[in-house]
Amino acid sequence: MAIENAVSADEIKVDRAKMHISDTDVAIDIVGMHKWYGEFNVLKDINLRVMRGERIVICGPSGSGKSTMIRCINRLEEHQKGKIIVDGKELTNDLKKIDEVRREVGMVFQHFNLFPHLTILENCTLAPIWVRKTPKKQAEEQAMHFLRRVKIPEQANKYPGQLSGGQQQRVAIARSLCMNPRIMLFDEPTSALDPEMIKEVLETMVGLAEEGMTMLCVTHEMGFARKVANRVIFMDQGQIVEENTPGEFFDNPRHERTKLFLSQILH
Amino acid sequence: MSQDIGYVRTEMALPQPAPLRERGPLAWMRKNLFANPFDSALTIVGLVIVAMILPPLFNWAIVNAQWTGTDRTFCATVAQGGIQPDGWSGACWAFVKAKFGQFMFGRYPLDERWRVILVAIMFVALLVPLLIPRVPRKGLNAVLFFLVLPVVSYFLLIGGVFGLPHVETPLWGGLLVTLTLSFVGIVVSLPVGILLALGRRSKMPVVKMLCVIFIETVRGVPLITVLFMASVMLPLFLPAGVSFDKFLRALIGVSLFASAYMAEVVRGGLQAIPKGQYEGADSLGLSYWQKMGLIVLPQALKLVIPGIVNTFIGMFKDTSLVYIISMFDLLGVVRQNFSDAAWASPQTPASGLVFAALVFWIFCFGMSRYSIFMERRLDTGHKR
Repeated sequence: MAIENAVSADEIKVDRAKMHISDTDVAIDIVGMHKWYGEFNVLKDINLRVMRGERIVICGPSGSGKSTMIRCINRLEEHQKGKIIVDGKELTNDLKKIDEVRREVGMVFQHFNLFPHLTILENCTLAPIWVRKTPKKQAEEQAMHFLRRVKIPEQANKYPGQLSGGQQQRVAIARSLCMNPRIMLFDEPTSALDPEMIKEVLETMVGLAEEGMTMLCVTHEMGFARKVANRVIFMDQGQIVEENTPGEFFDNPRHERTKLFLSQILH
Repeated sequence: MSQDIGYVRTEMALPQPAPLRERGPLAWMRKNLFANPFDSALTIVGLVIVAMILPPLFNWAIVNAQWTGTDRTFCATVAQGGIQPDGWSGACWAFVKAKFGQFMFGRYPLDERWRVILVAIMFVALLVPLLIPRVPRKGLNAVLFFLVLPVVSYFLLIGGVFGLPHVETPLWGGLLVTLTLSFVGIVVSLPVGILLALGRRSKMPVVKMLCVIFIETVRGVPLITVLFMASVMLPLFLPAGVSFDKFLRALIGVSLFASAYMAEVVRGGLQAIPKGQYEGADSLGLSYWQKMGLIVLPQALKLVIPGIVNTFIGMFKDTSLVYIISMFDLLGVVRQNFSDAAWASPQTPASGLVFAALVFWIFCFGMSRYSIFMERRLDTGHKR
């Protein structure tokens, strides 16, 4: 039964390809992508198509290239071979295209990367004001809207250094949302947090998923993966080793490496 | 056997005041001055040194000092042909008083000195509100100070227009020269230094190479050499009849020099900014200049305020080296006046030098205190 489900999911993918689905339904398309650090082939033959509204969780042992892969999607890392098309725009050396893509793709980092010299509100309004040319007042209203959504409007005039890790990460999510991104990337958003703070960040992310945001999330929070992901991707040694619905992935892993990994993290 | 090892706190402990021996002046002294025998010894030695130096200095500078007078006789002992008792030793402030105008303006014509004073008043009137964070309209203030004031000052000081007599720069001197050189040096070196630092960290090889060559060349040569070459050698290479102002050459030399040093200070700050800040800015779609101007530089410059002010202070004092091209800054004018026969006495040089030192110290100390104030003000809990 479960296996059948998985197969049918695959079939749907194939069907879509056959139907020449319009480009507007594809959020991210990665085709035969390779990346090298010097001589070292960190990412090998990555193929991944993400549809709009899809929520994908990427996991794998450290050094497997999962962070590097999602950092390629907004060109924080450069790829050397293959194609990455985000929102219909191919990532090349064209700086203008890169900036266009970055405007549409929000990113949340492991270490938050908030700007410590700016208040929470300024962190959230900076990019809308300077990149989108939103009037200051409107940008502030919008920022407060998103700060309310991540449940910390009362911290708006503090500085990042005065907030707890969980609060900082929620600000980082609000900061990304203020650019009204069509895609959100999460690079281990809860790995640097105390156990008590992980939940508040995950709840924010679940809320986002429920609203239909396209999300790619590198995380080891398997509860989160089960709850919100459409697909789980397992990476090892720079390649995608296994890809499946969360139910199948956790209950019926097929690749030996996946089985080993799951047995290590699910005690 | 059945002993219960469980423990449950029924009441949370409340904070209590610190014990008496941790508070009050006595506790402070014990902690800071006499914590152990070595500390106590250091404290005592320090107090003895202060007690040995301060009273004689006080006597020389205040008690025995000669405050008024019209010539050297007031500052010389009877044996030296003066009016003071033999064995007298005190500062000759009368000399400083008599020469004060020269110390400030050099040989700037007496009738035209109001122009310098006017510039000084405008300078202070614009600088003070710029330095006080609470005063509004910083943008307008900065434009007036950094763009309008230099142009107005240029025409006021040089003259030759609007019926103002021309005052050529070799007549300038004293504090006027010191402040003009350092103001121009500071205003030019900070932006140029920032650009050089960014260039040196640029990914574009040609830009990077040019910046590295400039910085390393300028840093590798003593300022005195550059000034000397500019004054003596440059005219040899220029075609006959072409010459440009010696003071202008000094201005350019000092500014470029300070820029190279500033570039390295700023680069230190840039290197201290974590990669995550660049990535955070990139991920939001900020352009290179937005990223640098809004995110990286504000943090980097804040980190290197001590280094920047250090460079400013160094440059302020280095302006004295223009004596090598026969320009006279404050120290130069003071020294020049030692040879004035009307004031030659054993006390004259010391008095003049102490005065010059005091003026330099006031400006440098002011810069230093202001930088500390700014550091505290800009601290937003970056450190964790």
